[in-house]
Amino acid sequence: MIVQERFLLKDAINNSKVRLLKIEAGQALKARLAAMGLLPGVQFKIINNNHPGPFVIDVKGSRIALGRGMAGKIIVRPTETQKA
Amino acid sequence: MISHNKISVALVGNPNCGKTTIFNILTGMHQHVGNYPGVTVEKKQGICHYKDYQLEITDLPGTYSLTAYSTEEVVTRNFIIDQKPDVVVDVIDASNLERNLYLAVQMVELNVPLVLAFNMTDIALHKGLVFDLKKLAQLFNVKIVQTVGNREKGVNNLLEEVIQTSNAPAKNLSSLLKYGNEIENEIEKLQKKFDELRDNRWLVIKLLEQDIDVLEHVQNEEIIFAVMESNLRLKNIFGEEPEIIIADRRYGFISGACQEAVKMTIQSRHDHSDMIDSVVIHKVLGLPIFVVLMYIVFDLTFRIGQYPMHWLEWFFSWLADSVTHFWPAGSESILKSLLVDGIISGVGGVVSFLPNILLLFAAIAILEDSGYMARAAFVTDRFMHKIGLHGKSFIPMLIGFGCSVPAIMACRILENKRNKITTILIMPLMSCGARLTIYALLIPAFFSEKWRGPVMWLIYFIGIALAVIAAKILRITLLKGETIPYVMELPPYRRPTFTSIMIHMWERGGMYLKKAGTTILVISTILWAASKYPAPNKNELAKIDKNQKQTEILRHSIMGRAGTVIEPLLKPIGFDYKIATALIGALAAKEVFVAQMSIIYAVTEHDDISILQTKLRNDYTPLQGFCIMLFCLLSAPCLATAAVTRTETGAWKWAILQFAGLTAVAYVLTFIVYQAGRFLGL
Repeated sequence: MIVQERFLLKDAINNSKVRLLKIEAGQALKARLAAMGLLPGVQFKIINNNHPGPFVIDVKGSRIALGRGMAGKIIVRPTETQKA
Repeated sequence: MISHNKISVALVGNPNCGKTTIFNILTGMHQHVGNYPGVTVEKKQGICHYKDYQLEITDLPGTYSLTAYSTEEVVTRNFIIDQKPDVVVDVIDASNLERNLYLAVQMVELNVPLVLAFNMTDIALHKGLVFDLKKLAQLFNVKIVQTVGNREKGVNNLLEEVIQTSNAPAKNLSSLLKYGNEIENEIEKLQKKFDELRDNRWLVIKLLEQDIDVLEHVQNEEIIFAVMESNLRLKNIFGEEPEIIIADRRYGFISGACQEAVKMTIQSRHDHSDMIDSVVIHKVLGLPIFVVLMYIVFDLTFRIGQYPMHWLEWFFSWLADSVTHFWPAGSESILKSLLVDGIISGVGGVVSFLPNILLLFAAIAILEDSGYMARAAFVTDRFMHKIGLHGKSFIPMLIGFGCSVPAIMACRILENKRNKITTILIMPLMSCGARLTIYALLIPAFFSEKWRGPVMWLIYFIGIALAVIAAKILRITLLKGETIPYVMELPPYRRPTFTSIMIHMWERGGMYLKKAGTTILVISTILWAASKYPAPNKNELAKIDKNQKQTEILRHSIMGRAGTVIEPLLKPIGFDYKIATALIGALAAKEVFVAQMSIIYAVTEHDDISILQTKLRNDYTPLQGFCIMLFCLLSAPCLATAAVTRTETGAWKWAILQFAGLTAVAYVLTFIVYQAGRFLGL
């Protein structure tokens, strides 16, 4: 399997674990996400990515629902364990 | 020492941390809800007596952080900075520790007398989390108390700790957290250079975070310049905005502390919640489940609500009868008329909304406390977003089909101010139950059996379509602004408590009566007077029968005359003075249109409605009938709607804009329909 080094969060598959690389958004949104624990370097899990349905992730033990538009602005990479 | 044993306490915490439950336990029914000046955020305060102390407790809005990006966060931090509460209690959902401690760290930096209430410790334990509270307290240099909000456990310990903390000497906590050499160097540089920053580490950190609100309040331009320089240096070093690095360091500190003081036998706080969610926010099932639940809310509000409403109506008509008996039969006393037709019917009108409001807010409290509201927003967000509104706007809009008054009050569930005002402004376009009585009069009067259904649907559809268009337009003009991209926490499902539902209902009901109720009463009394005075000559009235008497009084009154005056204005849309007079009366409440028409045509309440319908059919064409309905749907919302719009938006300007805007739209649209219809020979 070819492991893509980085991809958009919206393309992540259910139950996979990813690490956040970058958020391409304005200051306000970035700060809001940071307060909820979504910062570069943070590892989280995709709970529910059923297109076109909800997009839910698990960050530090809480469930965060994201709009699909936003999931397209968040760049992630798979965590080490998955690469292997 | 604090004199008179009075202690002011501020409650802070993340959304869904159980803060409000603790607030309710502490203050019970002794609560007061107001607004912070200039913003639509609610201010909740209450009193708690404990031992010899009187604690004045403020429940601040739930926040994740203390940035300047959201009104709630600005309100929270300004309250703490300006009001300087004696003690700040940060309620922490122990089952979601790291995220909750993020706010706590910032509270520590703010250097306030702080107590951490570790709430929901039962859930945390159940999920296999073991805390070393002593260690945590040491690491954060604060007092920690364990509580279980919904079982009132630990609340007395919390109060003890609050009292102790209020009496303890102040300690300086602000430099508890170190941000690493690079950032610390910049902090030090800035503090050395400027006297006003020397003792305020929090301010320096906020400046480095490029906090808009703090930057705006800095007078000294040199400071701003120096901060910009520092920020540039930091950006070069980290390749990232300093605020993100600062947030990262805070989380780093927290996870370090948690590694030392919390043992996890792997957490799964969301087991049952995930299971429920797999159905409730399912891509196919989610929407139907939402629709069914909303139907239940609507049904509960209006179907069950009609019983107490009937009792109230019965009570007020009994009261009116009893008062009438103080005067001899047929008396024309002004005082009697004022009491019975003006005040009693006015108060009755105000109170008659109450059952709906109480039931609706009970339903909303259940939806919110159980955690479903966040899911509902989620499920509807996809299509609501397209018209520039939040998913949650759907709930008040649905209630709007019953009555605009509770619907506008329900807009409180919307956090974003622009969203909230847009939703409130378009609310009257949802055709309410009162307008149904107008359609019920006019549709059978003018349309044959097979057209009745389609005409009714058409009217409702026009309202919805215009609401969508109006929302879109408002969001790109007056209420422009970034549609907040949807990010929301889905809290674990919890069982709502009876007390909190009761308190919620009580609060809303009281607020409605106090604020909107008084306005409604005043305006309805004025409208009553306008429909009765000036009275016609008594001698003339003596000659005619009772029905014609009423007709004559109305024609002679300010309202009747106003109807005649505005007749030329309404002619182009197909209305005469009779309809104009009835429309003015309908300002009080839409269903009054029917009553006014009856008076104008001298038809009594006891007559069959078909008599009025026949008379209408003789005077007007079906096109005019349709135009009346269209105009009633769109134009001037009733005064109760205007009153709650004013109280819920906090400004008359929105109520006036809503009133004038809708009336203008109604006029233009009815004009087009009427003239086009006539052109086509309808």
